[in-house]
Amino acid sequence: MSLLREASSRLWSIRSSEQVALAKRAAQITAELQQGVTRPYKNVIDCSWGDPHREGLNPLTFVRQVVAACLYPSLLTSEVLPVDVQLRAKGLLGECGGGSVGSYTSTAGIPKIVQSVSEFISQRDGAVPSSPENIFITLGSQRSLMMVLKIFVKNEGTIQTGVLSPVPSYPYFNMALSMQGGVMVPYHLCEEQGWKLKVDELSRALHAARGHCNPMALYVINPGNPTGQVQSRKSIEDVIRFAAEEKLFLLADEVYQDSVHDPKCEFVSYKKVLFEMGPPFSSSVELASFNSISKGYFGECGLRGGYVEFVNLDPTVMGHVYTLFSMDNCAAVLGQIILDIMAHPPQPGDPSYPTFSEEVRAIQDTLASNVQRVQTVLGSLPGISCQPIKGGIFAFPQLHIPPCAIQQAKEAGMEPDVFYASRLLEETGLCVGAGSEHGQSEGTHHIRLCIATPTENMEEVLNRLSTFHLSFRSHFS
Amino acid sequence: MHRLPSSANRSLIAGAVEQYRALVMRPKSQTIRKESVRFKTQGPMESYGLKRYSTAEATVPATSKIREKTLTMETLNPQVKAVEYAVRGPIVMKAEEIEKCLREGGKQPFTEVIKANIGDAHAMGQQPITFLRQVVALCTFPELMDSPSLPEDAKARAHRILQGCGGTSLGSYSASQGVDCIRRDIAAYIEQRDHGVPADSENIFLTTGASDGIVSILRMLVSGQGASRTGVMIPIPQYPLYSAAIAEMEAVQISYYLDEDNSWALDINELHRAYQAAKKHCQPRVICIINPGNPTGQVQSRKCIEEVLHFAYEENLFVMSDEVYQDNVYAPGCEFHSFKKVLYEMGPEYFNSVELASFHSTSKGYTGECGFRGGYMEVLNLEPEVKAQLVKLRSVQLCPPVSGQAAMDVIVNPPRPDEPSFSCFQQEKTAVLGALAEKAKLTEEILNSVPGIQCNPVQGAMYAFPQLFIPPKAVEQAKALGMQPDMLYCLRLLEETGICLVPGSGFGQRDGTYHFRMTILPPKDKLNVLLDNLRDFHIKFLKEYGTLEVPRG
Repeated sequence: MSLLREASSRLWSIRSSEQVALAKRAAQITAELQQGVTRPYKNVIDCSWGDPHREGLNPLTFVRQVVAACLYPSLLTSEVLPVDVQLRAKGLLGECGGGSVGSYTSTAGIPKIVQSVSEFISQRDGAVPSSPENIFITLGSQRSLMMVLKIFVKNEGTIQTGVLSPVPSYPYFNMALSMQGGVMVPYHLCEEQGWKLKVDELSRALHAARGHCNPMALYVINPGNPTGQVQSRKSIEDVIRFAAEEKLFLLADEVYQDSVHDPKCEFVSYKKVLFEMGPPFSSSVELASFNSISKGYFGECGLRGGYVEFVNLDPTVMGHVYTLFSMDNCAAVLGQIILDIMAHPPQPGDPSYPTFSEEVRAIQDTLASNVQRVQTVLGSLPGISCQPIKGGIFAFPQLHIPPCAIQQAKEAGMEPDVFYASRLLEETGLCVGAGSEHGQSEGTHHIRLCIATPTENMEEVLNRLSTFHLSFRSHFS
Repeated sequence: MHRLPSSANRSLIAGAVEQYRALVMRPKSQTIRKESVRFKTQGPMESYGLKRYSTAEATVPATSKIREKTLTMETLNPQVKAVEYAVRGPIVMKAEEIEKCLREGGKQPFTEVIKANIGDAHAMGQQPITFLRQVVALCTFPELMDSPSLPEDAKARAHRILQGCGGTSLGSYSASQGVDCIRRDIAAYIEQRDHGVPADSENIFLTTGASDGIVSILRMLVSGQGASRTGVMIPIPQYPLYSAAIAEMEAVQISYYLDEDNSWALDINELHRAYQAAKKHCQPRVICIINPGNPTGQVQSRKCIEEVLHFAYEENLFVMSDEVYQDNVYAPGCEFHSFKKVLYEMGPEYFNSVELASFHSTSKGYTGECGFRGGYMEVLNLEPEVKAQLVKLRSVQLCPPVSGQAAMDVIVNPPRPDEPSFSCFQQEKTAVLGALAEKAKLTEEILNSVPGIQCNPVQGAMYAFPQLFIPPKAVEQAKALGMQPDMLYCLRLLEETGICLVPGSGFGQRDGTYHFRMTILPPKDKLNVLLDNLRDFHIKFLKEYGTLEVPRG
């Protein structure tokens, strides 16, 4: 056993990703600090994850009260919980088998909650209809994406299934695609134009890929991760038209739909635009759109909940999709409950409404002010350029790394941005994501920071980053 | 037989992971450069797409302005088409339809659908274990720490779990392998359960129910083409997750039949037979065992486990032991032995070489918390490089629900005798398991009193899997309808009585035999009604098809 363990840890250090190595190093430093080792900082701040609670934002009280009451219904009689919490919990328990969150649910989720989600979508999209039959509640968007990939990505046969995927991107999507045996067809977002998605680039990528693989789908992230752009309606229309012409299945990752910071931008769903374009588009373009309880102001990543809505899926195919999803039995019930709250949050007049809306507003204000601060501070630093953060929960600034630093990184066998990130961690205790995890154009270097964090923490992040950046530049200039 | 002692020399799945090469973050010198982008996760372009490029030109369809669907029955992944999942199959969909009809005031010859199709204890009225719910509620809403109505031991457990969570919130992602302190608790639990056999928390992976772990391990094991394609030995009857996953991955199913005449015992000669027969057309790499059995309810003897492990050792098979019913053993004289413990007792040559993955879950046992989607697996003797691949594979799913992890923690770390919640916990646990034992006996007895139904003892787990005599005329009619005879039987039963069972054909059975699976979970009064109605239906069914003469075997 001990031999195995040794071998295993050796392997970790050789073959794991830089991001995993950074996270491990961050944990090590934290442990050392706790043991009293002195460093020029008193704690490690990790803003490499998109994990709001880890970054210090609080869960919404109403959400946690309802979940706790569902878990332990004795709380319903104790009068410590507001009436609307009790009502919601009782209502939801009534929808669970045997009145318990410990029961399995239907494959697509608790029917009442699927219905709620469907209503939420219809309301969000104006007059566009949404049918509960097309919605599956899952263990979060990542799970939804994996399931949807399984449907059409064949891992056998003579030619691989290709999926167009943005650069920079959400790396776990590409990992899921690889795992399923598909191949990523990269299309570049245009950084100079605020990470704009351009159809001519889609077209270039697609044609370059044809002949090498069979591109069947197009993956878009709107608002962008890690890039923070928000697509305009016009841009979405162009993408839909392109997908229609090229017969691509659209995968719209819309988990940041609640996080739009630029008042001039608005989140418009792919589904809404598709329907408003009318036939033949609205009746033919196949779309799967994804949403989650992990992002927005809920930030409930650990409870794992999300949904996928299918549009224009062939009904026979849909039957097989059902069977495939049923292999998971069902999504975790607590995640489903939170999805219900997301779909139907407390309304004005409800006892919990004041607290709920105050908490939501506070988070939104925090994010908005963080965006401002990040842009101001990064904008004032030499050798960093950051495109406007219009949505999402990340900043993805470009670093202009001095040539001798790049040289030194090469000698150390590291990507320059990983080199930068690991020095940043060692010297200031700040852990950020490396751009190379997400993909970036050749010769450019980036880092990713999560901005879903309390203001004080954001300031501390920016302080550490600025101080480090200036000393890094002077060291290597 | 000469064997190399080193575990590295008997890695079964080292050759099975090519498809995960893509998931290995490459050392920098190998970074892919394509279309002037560095993208570490883009692996397949380079690592296993190349051989396919040669045939590419011929098959890409021409672009057309008239849009047809991208995803049709022709383009659907054929492996998805092959998947069947009986426990949530047509009969269950039909049951949901009938329930909906009843809710909307529709007329049926019964007032409720009794779902005895799935091991869903709470849906059948079993009460949750108070302590478990208290701990998870406290984790969810820590303001309750100030509440005098919750016991201190529950608060201490919750506090400890939250300390292990990012930002001390259940809402943060955990490491993909699971929360550290929970993995340590699981390892300690396993050591205790197995009377001191060492367990290492580095070998524990929290999962989303046991199914998720089972699928992950199978994914690691399936590789090869033609005669080198991975063969997976599964019991027949089996839990349909196995056959569904095998179909989805296009592995080769190797059926070994459990011995119905011997209370569904596993017969080692049958393993040899199945293995030898399969070896001609595939590469058997893994044997799956479900103990206690689902749907068959047998509990494996220690001797039988030893035989299986010896067989796996000799034939270089990876062992997957599905032990989610380890707390559900009812029959006198039966006892649960973990595969790991037996392996240890067989000596270091076995314990240090046989690759084993064992699975547990929050959904069964005395807690029955299916909705939490909690579980874990323990792996043994995995080659380090392979284990790193497993970690990577698991990380693609981010992490299992942290609430399910917390529930798992309570199961492996229940109240101790000196703690305030101990007596209540103990009483609840005993009551649940006692009732299950009683219902297991009752189900077996009543079923055996019906002409044309024969039921083996329900030694463990949560199901009876009796054999049905279906009259030849009914068999013919089923054939004419294009369905399995036991499907016809179960559909009629559902439509006439509201009882929802799963036909044996969904689990696999010997040709010409028919079964159904029913859970023993309904409360005793409801179970009695269910069994009475089932008996009446069965007799009516026999009469209708002109036979009351039933061959008893």
